[in-house]
Amino acid sequence: MTSQPVRFYQVGSFAVGNRLFDKENRTVQSDPHRSNSLDSGHRACQGCGEALGARYALDAAMRATGGQLIAVNATGCLEVFSTPYPETSWRVAWLHSLFANAPAVATGVAAALKVKGMQDVRVVGQAGDGGTVDIGFGCLSGMFERNDDVLFICYDNEAYMNTGVQRSGATPPAARTATTEAVGAEPGNVFGQGKDLPRLAMAHGIDYVATATVADLHDLEAKVERAMQFHGARYLHILVPCPLGWGSAPNDTIRVARLAAESGIFPVFEAEHGEVTAVSPIRHREPVESYLSLQSRYAHLFGEHGRPDIVARIQAIADHNISTYGLLEEQAVGTGSNETSP
Amino acid sequence: MLRQIEGSRAVAETVARCRPEVVCAYPISPQTHIIEAIGAMVKSGQLSPCEFINVESEFAAMSVSIGASATGARAYTATASQGLLFMIEAVYNAAGLGLPIVMTLANRAIGAPINIWNDHSDAMAVRDSGWIQLFAETNQEAVDLHIQAFQLAEELSLPVMVCMDGFILTHAVEGIDVPDQSDVDAFLPPYEPRQVLDPSDPISIGAMVGPEAFEEVRYLSHLRQLDALERIPVLAGEFTESFGRESGGLLHCYRTEDAETIVVALGSVLGTIKDAADARRAMGERVGVVGITSFRPFPHDAVRSALSRARRVVVVEKAFSVGFGGVLSTDIAMATHDDDLTIHTVVAGLGGRAITQHSLEGMLVDATNGRLERLTFLDLDHGIIERERDRMTATRRSGPSAENILRDLGTVASRIG
Repeated sequence: MTSQPVRFYQVGSFAVGNRLFDKENRTVQSDPHRSNSLDSGHRACQGCGEALGARYALDAAMRATGGQLIAVNATGCLEVFSTPYPETSWRVAWLHSLFANAPAVATGVAAALKVKGMQDVRVVGQAGDGGTVDIGFGCLSGMFERNDDVLFICYDNEAYMNTGVQRSGATPPAARTATTEAVGAEPGNVFGQGKDLPRLAMAHGIDYVATATVADLHDLEAKVERAMQFHGARYLHILVPCPLGWGSAPNDTIRVARLAAESGIFPVFEAEHGEVTAVSPIRHREPVESYLSLQSRYAHLFGEHGRPDIVARIQAIADHNISTYGLLEEQAVGTGSNETSP
Repeated sequence: MLRQIEGSRAVAETVARCRPEVVCAYPISPQTHIIEAIGAMVKSGQLSPCEFINVESEFAAMSVSIGASATGARAYTATASQGLLFMIEAVYNAAGLGLPIVMTLANRAIGAPINIWNDHSDAMAVRDSGWIQLFAETNQEAVDLHIQAFQLAEELSLPVMVCMDGFILTHAVEGIDVPDQSDVDAFLPPYEPRQVLDPSDPISIGAMVGPEAFEEVRYLSHLRQLDALERIPVLAGEFTESFGRESGGLLHCYRTEDAETIVVALGSVLGTIKDAADARRAMGERVGVVGITSFRPFPHDAVRSALSRARRVVVVEKAFSVGFGGVLSTDIAMATHDDDLTIHTVVAGLGGRAITQHSLEGMLVDATNGRLERLTFLDLDHGIIERERDRMTATRRSGPSAENILRDLGTVASRIG
């Protein structure tokens, strides 16, 4: 994908409209001939970040492969809302087997394509955070370790949303879920737990690991495109807000995702061969409170009986991310002021 | 041509001649020799094209097979015991998706207590999974069943499990004829999938199905198993025409025509049972044997017909349903529907305990004399059981039973006979 510096933004939110781009730099979604891999009519909730992320990711993968794509899906929201029998929203070849095995099934698809000499057909595996960091991790780690030719995408909404918002290994500290209720001295999920899957993926030494959010869809598409330039195991971790589980307004999905990145709580970066190669710099740093206060899963941290001490601990995590990844613009590698390279 | 060869090696060579395109390997005794040999054949280029994948678990082995099969590749794997249980979710899934994967099950006991030796507990644990389950009596039959299994699986779009007794068959070196490549090619056409992931004709496989259609989808699986019931004997006949020997089919009858007592069993123990039957016949007792080859689908009609003239049936089982009794016996009782027929369950050979002709003959004498109970455990050491029961009564913290029993026996897993 070619890149183009952008000096002006369409709105104050730093979202970049397609009309500010040269034609070849516009999003896949702006193309009337896009593949519509995840087509309309599915049953996702209003404001679903996962549906948005999957649509952009798969259409970008379809464009990158000239439509030669097979998708393997883990059990979860994405699977349930897209294929209520006998309907399907998928306009790609699509296979759902089980909750825990999507990476292994994807390996099998890639192996079959290889043995048949059809390596121009590429494979995407996709799952939510539960299917990636928890129950599917054994299969995912095996797929990474063998370096099978699969792009695995995690749509991370930070809990088991399909079963009613229970804690996963990706649930952040202090967040209320149905199994980490906002009660007691340490309300919500505990501190000091959880898996940093992008880092774990990098530790496998695979060619490409990246994070993205649904707030920056140019960036998301570019990362899918970049991932498709490699053959071997690749991993893309996309933060997808869940209005139902996070208690955020459906029309705030993009805003919440943007605040996750701009507060530093969710670092957006790329890594190749185990080393971070690029980060998306924070252009307008926000305190974590701006991010947390839009979500009722953190409601217990604010108000009359609020917990500024806990908010401060979350802020410390964000600060740590900012310093570790060099997320502030003046720190960031290879970025000019007020410019972005989508 | 007969060669002196290990059962596992013969199965591996046969599977290779069936030209699998994706083979997954995860080691578990006693199937390991099979996938080791296939791995070497892929690595050397002898089996090509084939992707041999060393996976991280049996769950992944079946899952990779699912992905490969759904993409139109002929997929094979092998497992046993705990491995089968670890993959059980994917085992059901493969059947539900109608994917013609072939898997060797080197039958082995299930722990705890951990035990690597042969019985049929593993196969029984997936009895209801929707897989076709064929039991080999000999290594020759194990070889031959694999060729028929690929044919049957792909014709019906159903997965097939070839069950062969761990160690007793897998590790036995004997004269086995591994069919030539040209003969296998002539018998087994290339895999033509009924459903396939194809970007030029994209379909969704694995949709969620609610109450409105789930029963119909499941019933269809049952019908396809019934189709298999029709196809299995026909396929065995075609195999005989092509390869010149009898192998497979629904069941094997041995001296049943005039038999008053018929022993029914699965797998390699049938050889010893036939010897015992011959010995009892020499003593004037009319004993016959029925070996079930197709356990799923279960051949109700063929079983009823085979047992129709018997006065008593003794089902020798290397597994049982704890708290109930025989598993195969229940199927036999359902098939025969004869209140005048006495059906005995003899549980034997658990965890690799040798089933001797001597013990079987003793059991048959008891059966003939009306002294055999409806449920018997062959060669069970009642004294040991009583001692442990007493210990459990006397002391709350009586310790782990398995270790207590081994201590009583004064042996550490060395006396398996």
